[in-house]
Amino acid sequence: MVTKSSKNETHADRLAKEQKTISVSQFFERNRHLLGFDNPLKALSTTIKELVDNALDACQEITILPEILVQIQEKDKKNGRYVIIVEDNGPGIVKEQIPKVFAKLLYGSKFSKMQQSRGQQGIGVSASVLYGQLTTGKSSKITSKIGKDKPAHFYELHIDINHNEPEIVQDKIIEWSIKDHGTRVEIELEGKYQRGRLSVEEYVRQTAISNPHAQITFIAPDNEVTKYKRVTEQLPKEPKEIKPHPYGVELGVLIRMFKATQAKTLQHFFTTEFSRVSPQVVKEICKKSGVSPTTKTQSINHQEASNIFDAIKTTKIMAPPTNCLSPITEEILLKGLKKEVTAEFYTSTTRPPTVYRGMPFQIECGFAYGGDLRADELAKLMRFANRVPLQYMQSACAISKATLQTAWKNYGLSQSKGALPSAPIVIAVHIASVWVPFTSESKEAIAHYPEIVKEIKLAIQECGRKLGVYLRRKKRDAETERKKSYIIKYIPHVGEALQEILEITDTQKEKVQKLLKAKFEAPPEEQK
Amino acid sequence: MTTNATKKKIDKIGKETINLIDGSAKETFDKIIKNETPEMNFPIRSLSNVKYDPKKGFFELLGKLKTRSLNVNTIKAFAQTLRMMKLSKDLISADDIATKREAYYVSKNWGDARFKEQPESDTVMDDIEAMFGVNREKLGFIPEEKGGAVAGKLVVIDKDKDSGEEIRIDCTRFGSGAYSVPTSVEHLKFETKAKFILAIETSGMFERLNKHGYWKKSNCILISMGGVPTRACRRFIRRLSDEKNIPVYAFCDGDMYAFFNIYRTLKVGSGNAAHLNEFFCVPKARFIGITPQDIIDYKLPTHPLKDIDVKRAKDALKNDPFVKQHKSWQKAIQQQVKSGQRAEQQALAKWGLNYVMDKYLPDKLKSDKTWLP
Repeated sequence: MVTKSSKNETHADRLAKEQKTISVSQFFERNRHLLGFDNPLKALSTTIKELVDNALDACQEITILPEILVQIQEKDKKNGRYVIIVEDNGPGIVKEQIPKVFAKLLYGSKFSKMQQSRGQQGIGVSASVLYGQLTTGKSSKITSKIGKDKPAHFYELHIDINHNEPEIVQDKIIEWSIKDHGTRVEIELEGKYQRGRLSVEEYVRQTAISNPHAQITFIAPDNEVTKYKRVTEQLPKEPKEIKPHPYGVELGVLIRMFKATQAKTLQHFFTTEFSRVSPQVVKEICKKSGVSPTTKTQSINHQEASNIFDAIKTTKIMAPPTNCLSPITEEILLKGLKKEVTAEFYTSTTRPPTVYRGMPFQIECGFAYGGDLRADELAKLMRFANRVPLQYMQSACAISKATLQTAWKNYGLSQSKGALPSAPIVIAVHIASVWVPFTSESKEAIAHYPEIVKEIKLAIQECGRKLGVYLRRKKRDAETERKKSYIIKYIPHVGEALQEILEITDTQKEKVQKLLKAKFEAPPEEQK
Repeated sequence: MTTNATKKKIDKIGKETINLIDGSAKETFDKIIKNETPEMNFPIRSLSNVKYDPKKGFFELLGKLKTRSLNVNTIKAFAQTLRMMKLSKDLISADDIATKREAYYVSKNWGDARFKEQPESDTVMDDIEAMFGVNREKLGFIPEEKGGAVAGKLVVIDKDKDSGEEIRIDCTRFGSGAYSVPTSVEHLKFETKAKFILAIETSGMFERLNKHGYWKKSNCILISMGGVPTRACRRFIRRLSDEKNIPVYAFCDGDMYAFFNIYRTLKVGSGNAAHLNEFFCVPKARFIGITPQDIIDYKLPTHPLKDIDVKRAKDALKNDPFVKQHKSWQKAIQQQVKSGQRAEQQALAKWGLNYVMDKYLPDKLKSDKTWLP
């Protein structure tokens, strides 16, 4: 019953009092599975993944060969308490930025950039800090140094969950003379450590394959140290930032861009905010949509925007530039595979760049076959996106789809219907793109764009053909070898049978055997 | 196999065979010593290498040869062929014999050159037979299977192996049993006044006709072929029918297997052993039933033709020189394929168990119009 005293207050008014903005941090607290913190096992690996991705990206920004330390310390095994430490030799972070970078969600510069990079959302590191805080109540420790003669700053940070703001627990200058510059992050969290396909070790190993220019040291909870050696001094090509391509923009984004742009007119807007839009193209879009090129961008209404959006779709626009991509390259991928997988045959290929929905991308593929790999198991698929290994959600990924749809029998491998080939093989597939279309925010599986699936298949086929040639040659060699032993086996019988029938001497028999042996061991063309 | 058995006097045929073996081995030996590639030549053993002249009455070799040169792929077969020739030479020298199965077991002493399965050793044996153009009995090898069963108005004269004394075997005196054709029949002599020989496909039908004394009633000789007639059985019928000048009637199932595997082999021989057909076939044999027309005329219960039957029929129409010579056979096959049905001898039992003796055979024997050549 509504009382007299509050006669003017409606239900809606009352509800309005309860409605308030939910901070990102609060949202995360409830929905941490969306970002890859579903369970203790995954939380531990996601944290390491985010930290290592950031470390590698940071080193790349200042074109330095990365030296990275990854350590997992066991605090309390019973309750699954671990400390994760990741240290790099990157540029470091200026003092003022440290709290925001590590203790404020969605703070970062990468999100809006059209540039190929490992991390994209800028949510990862602070999410890990928040996760640690939620599960252990402990703050995270960050050390950073930006230059040889600069001081090293040490922070202990907490996130104010209600306001998504950093809380500085401790801030001091410390002695950190072993490095000229770099960053060290320590996060205590509740996690689960185990070995196997989804392990941290496997993640680090695969990272070493896709980043053979990095030196990575891994220290496991039992203090076992694994060093992943650098095998190339060649740094990855610095990816360039590009402007969006009209084909890759959705209506809502287009409207937002109209509001945000500095450009006054539609003509100016198109030529400055996008790549590959020439005045000729603007003319065509404007003609089709019935909106004048001189229209003020601020005054464009929804209907006009919608017409423009439709016009873009039917206008032929040159594909976006692809020089913005930085593939691992055929040669380096091969080196990466060779150093981490003991096999007998390796091959790799880098496809030419191409485009899906206005986004440039490039596919690479590498195989390692035979050697120490188990022949009685299914093929091992390694998926990489912008050099980052993808470990979870394999079956939902476009790479898996393309792999399963490949006719492996053509290349001499056996394959059951709808399964990976059954062979001692590692199949590594890498997609490089300014925007990798993941199926979810935890960035584990690539969406099934037909253009992407097709390119992956082509890359696999290229490697497959090379593998096929190798396997056929191997088979032929084995066949020759088999025949040779075959001859050795039966020559004595010919000699003996002749001796018994014709009653020839032992000397004659031996002569027969010797002559036959010489005859068969001669090169084939002389056998006539 | 050892040659320690006391050397018996080897007969002329044996000597000839040994010469063939020695000659072939010598040729191989000489080529090896001269550093040339030894080879062995065999007539191709298939229907594609036979011709059929109705006047001669049997499948003759066309003379297409298969050459086996000694190389990586053939060395095993080469070694085995030589080993088998040696075994044959031993057998002839010792006046001994080995069954095909025994020969296969002897090969187990040959180490890596041994045969894994008997069909492999049979093939090598057939190769040698074809290469020298002699039958395997001359090489000292005999088949395991018995030649066939005989009952009726016939006296077979055999010899006691040790004393050389004549043995008279009266085929009317086996009661419910029968005389069994030996593996070698060349030495047999015959006495008979029978009007015809009835060569029967199944032993079931033979049993019925024998039990009820059909041979008494119609004054004939019954021979059970028990499926595809063995060489000995063919040779037995051939000698008997030639020497005593009596006709041979084949009574088989009404299906493709009976037409081309049983009857055609009986009459003109097989594609596989064409080098021997001249003696191992019965050109004067006639097919009295069951013909495709009989199935209709006698309203016999049928089974549908299988895919393989149709395939065999088409193959026969296209490739079998015998069928190509005989329009009436072509018609019969086409009729059967069209009807899609086949019938067994014993289907006659539908009209009563003894219908076959009381009605069918007397009817059929009255006129050759319903027969097939």
